[in-house]
Amino acid sequence: MGSGSKVRPKILGFVCNWCCYGGADLCGVSRFQYPPYIRLIRVMCSARVDMAHVFLALSTGQDGVFIGGCHLNDCHYITNGNYDAFSMVSICNKILGHIGVNPDRLRLEWVSAGEGIRFANIMNEFGAQIAKLGPLGQSEGIDEQVLKFRLEAAAKLVPYIKLVQTERMSVPVRTEEEYHKFFTSEEFNRLFEETIAEKLAIGQIIALLQKGPLATPEISEALGLTPSEVSRFLISSSRQKFVRYDEGLKRYALA
Amino acid sequence: MEKEQIEQLRKLLPDSNFGDVMVVGGGISGIQASLDLATVGFKVYLVDSAPTIGGHMAQLDKTFPSNDCSMCIESPKFVECNRHPNIEILTYTEVDSVEGEPGDFKVTLLKKPRYVLEDKCTGCTVCVEYCPVVYPDKFNQEISKNKAIHIYFAQAIPLKPYIDESCLYLKEGKCTICQGVCQNDAIDLKQKPEKVVIKVGAVILAPGYEPFDPKLREEYRYGEFENVVTSMDYERLLCATGPYEGEILRASDKKHPHKIAWVHCVGSRQVLPGGNSYCSAVCCTYTQKQVILTKDHDAEAQCFIFHNDVRSYGKDFERFYQRAENLPGIHFIRSYITIVKEDPETKNVTIRYSTTNDGIKEEEFDIVVLSVGLTPPRNFESLAEKFGIELESHGFCEVNPFNPMETSRPGIFISGAFQGPIDIPESVFSASGAGSQVGELLNFRRGNLAKERIYPPEKDVSQEEPKVGVYVCHCGANIGRIVNVPSTVEYALTLPNVIHAEENLFICSTEAAAMLAKDIRERGLNRVIVAACTPRTHEPLFRDTLREAGINQYYYEMANIREHCSWVHSKEKEEATRKAQDIIRMAAARACHLEPLQEFDLPVDKRALVVGGGVAGMTCALSIANQGHEVYLVEKNTELGGIARKLHYTLEGLDVQAYLSDLIKKVYQHPLLHVYTNATITEASGYVGNFVTRVKSDRGLTEINHGATVIATGADVYKPTEYLYGEDDRVMTNLELEEQVARKDERVVSAESMVMIQCVGCRNEDRNYCSRICCSQSVKNALKLKELNPCMDIYILFRDMRTYGFKEDYYREAAGKDVRFIRYEPQDKPVVEAVKEGGKSILRVTVTDYVLGKKLELDADLIALAAAVVPAEDRKEVAGLFKVTLSPDEFFQEAHVKLRPVDFGAEGIFLCGLAHYPKLMPESISQAYGAAGRALTLLSHDTVTASGSVCEVDEDKCISCGACIMACTYGAIDFYETPRGRKARVNAVLCKGDGLCNTKCATGAISLKHYTDEELFSQILAAAANKETTQQSETEA
Repeated sequence: MGSGSKVRPKILGFVCNWCCYGGADLCGVSRFQYPPYIRLIRVMCSARVDMAHVFLALSTGQDGVFIGGCHLNDCHYITNGNYDAFSMVSICNKILGHIGVNPDRLRLEWVSAGEGIRFANIMNEFGAQIAKLGPLGQSEGIDEQVLKFRLEAAAKLVPYIKLVQTERMSVPVRTEEEYHKFFTSEEFNRLFEETIAEKLAIGQIIALLQKGPLATPEISEALGLTPSEVSRFLISSSRQKFVRYDEGLKRYALA
Repeated sequence: MEKEQIEQLRKLLPDSNFGDVMVVGGGISGIQASLDLATVGFKVYLVDSAPTIGGHMAQLDKTFPSNDCSMCIESPKFVECNRHPNIEILTYTEVDSVEGEPGDFKVTLLKKPRYVLEDKCTGCTVCVEYCPVVYPDKFNQEISKNKAIHIYFAQAIPLKPYIDESCLYLKEGKCTICQGVCQNDAIDLKQKPEKVVIKVGAVILAPGYEPFDPKLREEYRYGEFENVVTSMDYERLLCATGPYEGEILRASDKKHPHKIAWVHCVGSRQVLPGGNSYCSAVCCTYTQKQVILTKDHDAEAQCFIFHNDVRSYGKDFERFYQRAENLPGIHFIRSYITIVKEDPETKNVTIRYSTTNDGIKEEEFDIVVLSVGLTPPRNFESLAEKFGIELESHGFCEVNPFNPMETSRPGIFISGAFQGPIDIPESVFSASGAGSQVGELLNFRRGNLAKERIYPPEKDVSQEEPKVGVYVCHCGANIGRIVNVPSTVEYALTLPNVIHAEENLFICSTEAAAMLAKDIRERGLNRVIVAACTPRTHEPLFRDTLREAGINQYYYEMANIREHCSWVHSKEKEEATRKAQDIIRMAAARACHLEPLQEFDLPVDKRALVVGGGVAGMTCALSIANQGHEVYLVEKNTELGGIARKLHYTLEGLDVQAYLSDLIKKVYQHPLLHVYTNATITEASGYVGNFVTRVKSDRGLTEINHGATVIATGADVYKPTEYLYGEDDRVMTNLELEEQVARKDERVVSAESMVMIQCVGCRNEDRNYCSRICCSQSVKNALKLKELNPCMDIYILFRDMRTYGFKEDYYREAAGKDVRFIRYEPQDKPVVEAVKEGGKSILRVTVTDYVLGKKLELDADLIALAAAVVPAEDRKEVAGLFKVTLSPDEFFQEAHVKLRPVDFGAEGIFLCGLAHYPKLMPESISQAYGAAGRALTLLSHDTVTASGSVCEVDEDKCISCGACIMACTYGAIDFYETPRGRKARVNAVLCKGDGLCNTKCATGAISLKHYTDEELFSQILAAAANKETTQQSETEA
């Protein structure tokens, strides 16, 4: 135990007070063992966990993020906030995938206060999974700094994503099937591309240009997008007067 | 009695020795009764003959089946009792006499001399250091030594020493060293016993039990062979605060035992001189606990358990049994034993036993643990005489089977193990139940003597720089054995804004709490972090300490380094230490951002809703109504009565239907009770003190407003699919049989042979629990049938006969009346066939008899199946409506299996009866009174305090998009007009603090106090800081 070369992943967990925190307590009381990778933050409801928290955690050195709530329809609150956690994580996973971060690094689970053993099992499994993925960037094959830059850009977009989520991505019926159906549907993909994906790209372009003017191929390499996609976003953001083409430098710069 | 009269009476007595209730016995049951009664507005005297409160639970290492640390869960209650303005604790005090009648008892107490003046003593224990007399320590079962002057245990209340009979001065008039070293003149060796007279309206007797003394039966060789110990001795050996600091050592050579035997039923289930005929009800499961804990201490240990029936009849016991059984090196052996000899050299003990396969064998063990039973409290006869109450044949209290808290003397109630052998949860709910009945008796004078808790004014420290104090708890050895506490304290001191850090053996002790309060005042701490156990149990205690020290309670933060660290990473000490430091760093970062918050009072609707009109629901509803509260009783069927409608007689021979019709009459006649039959609940909303439930019933649609909710929705009976049930009408369930016996059905009464099969539909993969009641039910039916037709051949095919407690006597009676008991194994179940023989159709049951070692064929006229008790069909809907949880077996899940057995995690909702778990009617009644008692702790108040952790809106940031309003189904947010336009605002009364709206708000205008983004971000960033420390330590390595 404790050899220096052993991979020690860092996982941050957000768990709701009523179910998952209780499950983690019961796990302790029952002495079920799991790897010491995770640090827990207690929130009252899994719905309190914000996308900004996830992005901040991943961009400041966590290799994985865990969110634990009550089982669906067992939420302690009549808001049934765990459905909102479901939405948040679904969108967040999509964003992570989009910016090149392995979405497996973010995991949402339901653990009741009576399920100590389930908590241990999840910790063992998720711990092993994150250990296998390695530090952020390793399994992705992308430089860690690049990913962090993209996460920071995504974090800046959170207010916008929230608006989109409220207005266009809410699921009318609160059942697991409906939520699952929506977040795996073509419609969700289309909405995501139309709204969040474009903003994400533009956001990242702006963030890149803050460091200095760049040419289209440079941007496309930095963001992992095709030159034609980059051109489309550049045109759109020039129209919105976010960026301008500097004729002298033959590069794009902030407007 | 009117208030003026009470005042007058009070003046007549010296030192205003006037109260409402006296609770005699300060174990967990007496503590619970005192806390409940003090909270509902009665002045309580809590009397214990020991030098501290705590009882036997304080001696236990862990509690089954959750393996919670016993002292850790009990000691916060000591502190609560000690701090409660309506509880006066009198320890080292005996009851001398009880005169008077309900409402007006005069109790004479005898305060034994402590020889230490409690008001002068500071508890510094210098006297203990200097005392020359070393004497066996009672708390540690006389395994280790203590001084003649000593504190009973580290969390004792009061935390003051006392001098016991071993003192040299008391014995020989020599040595007054303690007097000499005491700086405060707190030692008074001339102290004499003192008589105190106290007037109270009612008495609750909770004297508990005494563990069986195996010296009464020589063959156990206890006291003769050094390495034969009792289970209570072994509890202390296991415990971190025990004689060897949690090391299990043999008395003979102080070496670790590796091969250990447990002997079941010591002093129980024995009709022998010195033994007891009844089953002690707790030993099977506590033995399994000790086995599991032994394996925790020593993974290589070989454990042998010599048992009779294994009685895992309680909630989650069956799983616990399997857990013990499945550990490596564990051998459960069904055999009686003889302790043969002790090796003169090694002091190992040889046990002789026999199994059906191997015959008689002898085996040597390093240590033998006697699983001793429970006997009546010491001096039970004089106790009964003093209190003027009757005892039953074993020396426990004689109670009314339909009200197990009622003694033969009105106004005197009992709770806990004086009822007979019971476990902790039953001791707790019988305490709440006795409390509820005292409440019924003394309702007219409730509140007259009660006082409110007063805190010092709160100091405003919000403008000060954060000054954080970190207290790292060893929790005995629970944390300290894994996490390096001293280095963690050192680490904490390197964190920003931490100005003080220290370690403590038990930070939850009263002494530590006082020290913490002192530190806050003297060191000027304005943030406190306790790194110990879970905030879910201990946060209220420490928040209270902050209030007492005069700073806002929300400046408190807990770092859970036990449940989330030492207990789950016990094999990785370095990593666990690093994790503990990370957790503390995150807590410290968060602490700097904490803000003072104000709690506020919500009104409490004084009415209660009871869901389920069976015996439990009706009993609970009546007890609440008898204390002056309106109760709405909602029953889904057309008639009240629940499953009791199908019961006719009890094991003790009582008439259930007569009792039931009387109970139903009382319910209908009660002016404050409103019954809704044929009812379905269509909607339930609201929160503690203010629930709204819509009910569709015979009365039409009703909207009920109520402050408390009780779930008493009962259970169902399994419909067997095995043993020809449903195919052959001669096969029936126990309940169906009972019904036919009650009406003396000719076919049943004249049957020549009857076979009863136990464990039908449970203790299997589908239902991994024991239905608890069926063994007693079958014995009951068998006895009744023998009474009606003594010639009938009755066979009971069982796996383990689980006639726990006094029910064992009926099992023995049945065996004595020639009821044949044949044990079967689950992999070799009985087979039932309908066959024709000689033109007569009979039911043939084939079963392997393990005693005879052959297959038997039994021809039966009738077969009764002990069909399982299964969770009620509508459990999921009920759980969903009231936002409460179900256990893995889908019975309702109480807040804490040991200490909150009738509360739900959700505030204001309580639980009783079969909805909780299968149980016999007296147990359901006991629990129903318990739920009523707990409901009263809420309903007796005009207000309930609501958390300060609610949402607020920063109007500068609000863009009035309405996302928060849409998200909040509590309706806590609305728009209002301001000079700067429409803005969202939060109604703090309605806000429940889930924080969902925060994640909907695009501008960050709404935030949940105590869980703000700032606070959460600080924790996330602090967690990240571990990257460097980890890398550093890696490079160092």
